[in-house]
Amino acid sequence: MSFKDPHLKLGIKAGLPIGLSYFPIAIAFGALANQAQLTWLEGVMMSCLVYAGASQFVSVSLLLVGTGHLQIITTTLILNMRHLIMSLVVNDQMRDFSPAWKRGLSFLITDETFALITLGEVKNNKHTTPMFLAGLMVTAYLGWVSGTLVGGLGASFIPVQITTAMTVGLYGLFIGLLVPSARKSRPFALIAVLSMIINWGLGHWLESGWAIVLATVLAAGAGILIGGGEE
Amino acid sequence: MKYLLLILGMALVTYLPRLLPAIFLDRFRFPAWFKTWLKSIPYAALGALIFPGVLLVDQDQPLVGLLGGLAALGLSLLDLHVTLVMVGSICTVLLLQFFIF
Repeated sequence: MSFKDPHLKLGIKAGLPIGLSYFPIAIAFGALANQAQLTWLEGVMMSCLVYAGASQFVSVSLLLVGTGHLQIITTTLILNMRHLIMSLVVNDQMRDFSPAWKRGLSFLITDETFALITLGEVKNNKHTTPMFLAGLMVTAYLGWVSGTLVGGLGASFIPVQITTAMTVGLYGLFIGLLVPSARKSRPFALIAVLSMIINWGLGHWLESGWAIVLATVLAAGAGILIGGGEE
Repeated sequence: MKYLLLILGMALVTYLPRLLPAIFLDRFRFPAWFKTWLKSIPYAALGALIFPGVLLVDQDQPLVGLLGGLAALGLSLLDLHVTLVMVGSICTVLLLQFFIF
């Protein structure tokens, strides 16, 4: 492990679009956390220790309407269950890493880092090394934590239009990663579309956290039947 | 620090799902079908993350997310780098909000 490892620099470069997108969204989170009576330090602690954007927004929104802490924790668990599935795939890619690296890097799995690691240029790339993934994931992490600090200190105000645009930008990340990969393989494209349909259908009956987990498990399961693994 | 316990509780239930595969994955040897399943997960997960979530970015105006998502779709069909796709969808939404919504 060395900070001069060229893989670290490549990883930071790969993670930069995520970190830069997280930053303004995290400013909005820091400001919202203030409104829910969290101190700037509590907001930053939440970003440091929880590091899961959607559930952080939900939790402070629930605090604002007076929801109990236990219920917020349960909601957080449900919302973040999808990371279990994502971590399975990422850890499969990290098979050769030491246990300490695996446990550390697993903490930094988000929807966006997962997408980039499994479908970005990183996939099948020889430089999927601990330092590469660390550079990528820590860059994203620092964007989120530093943005929370800025928002929590109230130094700057981010218009809601910017937050909305950056959030769509993260969807742009998902779409920009999914489309080229799915175009190369009809089964994978089918799986993605199937998952959208299942998620949309289940969303009428279940909390969105469960719907995403079930849609992912089921649509990927359909991949076994239609031979998604054969490229 | 009245929210310390809440934050720690949230941290615990968020790290657990992320951590479990790191601990247990290499204790198993997987059958072929499981590997196919693993390979399919990124496509299924991104599908589920994108839709219908993209429509809910602006709760009052689903068109904002829809048009931003369509811009991303168009740009990614041009085989542009993913960073450019992101920038393109961000600019689309900024322009939409500035001029229309």
